[in-house]
Amino acid sequence: MTKDQTIGEALRARGVSRRGFLKFCAATASLMALPPAMVPKIAAALEKARRPSVIWLSFQECTGCTESLTRSHSPTIEDLIFNSISLDYHHTLQAASGTAAEEDRKTAMKENYGKYLLVVDGSIPVGNPGFSTIAGVSNMDMLLETAAGAAAIIAVGTCAAFGGIPYADPNPTKARSVTAFLKEYGNRLPNTFTVDETGQTDPVDVTNKPVINVSGCPPIPVVISGVLAHFLTFGKLPELDSLGRPMAFYGKSIHDRCYRRPFYDKGLFANSFDDEGAKKGWCLYKLGCKGPTTYNACATTKWNEGTSFPIQSGHPCLGCSEPDFWDGGGFYKALSTPTGDITRTAVYAIGAGAAAGVALGALNRSKRAHMRKTHSKVGIDDLEKGDKS
Amino acid sequence: MSASLEQGIHAFKEQIDAPVATFFSSCVRCGLCAQACLFYTETGNPEYTPIHKLEPLRRVWKQEYTFWGRYAKAFGLSKPVTDAELGDWEKYVYDSCTMCGRCSMVCPVGNDIAYMIRRMREGMAAAGHAPEGLVGATRRAITIGSPMGVKLPALQAQIRNAEQESGLKIPVDVQGADYMVLLSSMEIMNFPEFISAIARIFERANVSWTISSEAFEATNSGIQIGVSELAAELVQRVVDAAEKLQVKNVISPECGHAYFAIRWEGPNLVGKAFNFKVVHILELLDDLRKQGRLKVSSKETQKLTYHDPCQITRRGGVAEQPRNLLNMVAENFVEMPEHGTMNWCCGAGGGVSTNERADELRLKAFKRKQAQLNAVQPDALVSACSNCRIQLEEGLEENSMDIPVLSLTETIAAHLSDD
Amino acid sequence: MTPAELLMWVRGPALQFATVVFVVGVAVRILEILLLGRKPDLAEARGSEVIGGLRTIISRSIPDRGTLQRSSFNVVAGYIFHAGFFLALFFFAPHILLLHDVFGVYWPSLPTQFIDALTVVSIITLLAVLFHRITHKVMRFLSRPSDYVAWLLTILPLITGYLAFHRVGLAPPLLMALHIGSVELLMIVFPFTKLMHAFTLFLGRYYNGAIAGRRGVNA
Repeated sequence: MTKDQTIGEALRARGVSRRGFLKFCAATASLMALPPAMVPKIAAALEKARRPSVIWLSFQECTGCTESLTRSHSPTIEDLIFNSISLDYHHTLQAASGTAAEEDRKTAMKENYGKYLLVVDGSIPVGNPGFSTIAGVSNMDMLLETAAGAAAIIAVGTCAAFGGIPYADPNPTKARSVTAFLKEYGNRLPNTFTVDETGQTDPVDVTNKPVINVSGCPPIPVVISGVLAHFLTFGKLPELDSLGRPMAFYGKSIHDRCYRRPFYDKGLFANSFDDEGAKKGWCLYKLGCKGPTTYNACATTKWNEGTSFPIQSGHPCLGCSEPDFWDGGGFYKALSTPTGDITRTAVYAIGAGAAAGVALGALNRSKRAHMRKTHSKVGIDDLEKGDKS
Repeated sequence: MSASLEQGIHAFKEQIDAPVATFFSSCVRCGLCAQACLFYTETGNPEYTPIHKLEPLRRVWKQEYTFWGRYAKAFGLSKPVTDAELGDWEKYVYDSCTMCGRCSMVCPVGNDIAYMIRRMREGMAAAGHAPEGLVGATRRAITIGSPMGVKLPALQAQIRNAEQESGLKIPVDVQGADYMVLLSSMEIMNFPEFISAIARIFERANVSWTISSEAFEATNSGIQIGVSELAAELVQRVVDAAEKLQVKNVISPECGHAYFAIRWEGPNLVGKAFNFKVVHILELLDDLRKQGRLKVSSKETQKLTYHDPCQITRRGGVAEQPRNLLNMVAENFVEMPEHGTMNWCCGAGGGVSTNERADELRLKAFKRKQAQLNAVQPDALVSACSNCRIQLEEGLEENSMDIPVLSLTETIAAHLSDD
Repeated sequence: MTPAELLMWVRGPALQFATVVFVVGVAVRILEILLLGRKPDLAEARGSEVIGGLRTIISRSIPDRGTLQRSSFNVVAGYIFHAGFFLALFFFAPHILLLHDVFGVYWPSLPTQFIDALTVVSIITLLAVLFHRITHKVMRFLSRPSDYVAWLLTILPLITGYLAFHRVGLAPPLLMALHIGSVELLMIVFPFTKLMHAFTLFLGRYYNGAIAGRRGVNA
């Protein structure tokens, strides 16, 4: 594939029929909740789109997001679409390494300055720049440097979107999400700043770079392709929710689309992983399912090309596409339950309350006994006040 | 020690027990007690809402017997009960309440408001805030022996009249009689036919009975004004006489509060269980009827309805007996809407009729009874309390209603069979 | 504080605090009442106190006809919102799980749609109840500031629960946190207000029925 091929040309070169291509556009449109009238527009845009340069920075991450996004054992349309972008820098997928890889990155940045897409996975540790480096450059500096010429940043995975696992209590590396990092450090100059090496001539404040959060641990593959398709078609990011995630995929909770929802509504829950309820496929709320507060497309789009998703496999949703999912009170504690041992607290409180109550009750009794003891008899002459002034 | 605010508050503190504390804790200000109280329904004045009549007592409870209330009081954050406030409350505790207990029947959280009013009166009286009329009646009851000032000679005159009317000897101070009869001053003065009526019934039913010349007064003004030691003194007189004559039972006549006082408060006032039984005249009459010792040879044919004296039916527990008796002696007995334990107070009991200041209010309250009567349209109204009778007669006259008020006992006596 | 952190806080330390205040408060108030006791009654009983007391605990829930006619709004509205509140609290599946977690007991839940509809009815009824309290002369006369506070604390869990369930308006973790927080507020203020009637009414009805039952009256 060459950089100058349009997506349409690239697809045809791979043997994708027009029909197959239109099917993909229709599927993408429906995934994005776009009306059918958009399909020709998507098709036309993708047909003519130049494959944009994409620089992928992997920071404090586990590579799970990359694994997810590239998981395909048989050629799929999504896979082909990835061939419709020019992935100019990616640690795991690129051929080059070392100085050559870094040179590739800088060249891509310079040639496409202001137009390339920056994909970030993994969180950015700010506790000590040395906690995570690439080619001796801290994540902090590399992000600042690369963001300067990016058209938009796609924070892939919960680590990049919200801080993810490194962010969990006590967050020893002081991990930050992309958005949080940019907010705090976006107006700083990276230590690696050189005039004109990367196409950046002046200091740039990247605080307000558009960021789209594609959260999930990892995210679902089609979510990425849908976002890219949108960007390629419309030249801008899709509608985002309050956490910066595309509404098309994160607009509904797992709970609202879960096939086990009727069991929840009827109050039929699995009490353990191997009891009758579990075997019958009942709701996993009691086992700690975070479906009600988790927004993602797992229940509809599912994983591995629609094979299954955690709940279908019998495991409660971890809430992995939400901020602080790791600190959400426990994967196996139902959302409506207290995080601490309330029973013990209540028992102690009853004891304390009983003691206090008996003490105060005794005080009451002794006060009244005293009153009764000091009762002064009321005679018929004591029914009128003595002093009538 | 003469009356003062301190005395009053002191008494309030003595009177608070677990029921009182529970009731105040539970009130949710739902207002259902208001629509059960005739003083509210006939005036529309929300100040007569039963639970409101207890407000000073409630504050004393809060400030003295709850942690938070004590805490607030210590920091000067609570509103103390003042003498002026108790003065304002006289009209709520005495003028517009007969302790009829109808509110206690409807409160959804179970508050027995009449129970609390009785206790609040202890403090009101000790603070010098009992109505003048009641103070005078109590003084007369203690010093003379009757709240209306009826002395033995007056009773003896009525006894002679009864003997003449009935042709029977009225037993007085008979040692070892089964029943010692008490009489209310109201009966002695206004309805002396009661005496000959019971004489004839007892003779026919072969009941051994007597009146004590030393303790014949049934009315207990101490209960009405709310001074337990004075009420106890009055009860003790009856106890002494009953023990002296060694009677087995004491009969409470047709008087509401008198029954409640001797039957339910009596032993608690004097601090000892009685060694005689206390029965209401209607209880005895019904027992005699059951045993076949009380028979009538004719019946009332006019349409009758029954006014339940509150202290006898609702607060006293004598509800079935009057109905049994009426079914025996009447052909056309019709119940009022809301009868029995849910009947409406006449408006005059518990000291209200002794309180001149409450006259106007009392007659306004009668309109509730008037409404009940209008629904039934009886030819005559039967009751078993002389105080109710006076109030009913007064109210009926005031509203130009031509319905005679009959005593149940006297009605039975009028139809007594000859054998 | 992020919504997720707030939710963790209300499920954690805030709930601990609310539980302590609620349990200690209720225990203290009940014992303060009970230990005042009753003087023994020396008058000969006609009927049974215990039977009378227990009877009235139940029978007082049925209004007499006159009261029902004269105060129909109060009676009917009272039933509706109490029933709604209790059914939503004790028969909504996530609540049962919460109670199971704390008390170890479990019972069947009612259909969620039913609870949902009931909640709406209860909220509307409570609004009507407030209107009634403000406009009816006896209610207005009797009412104290604490009555309005109690009203607010009662309706908030219903409203926030409804919004949390339907995920309307704010982020779900925030809605959940507000709902749980509103319940904690209710728990904390509960022992200091007339809401104690939830516990003391059993005692009060018992005393009432016992006192009357002793005299042979069914109260």
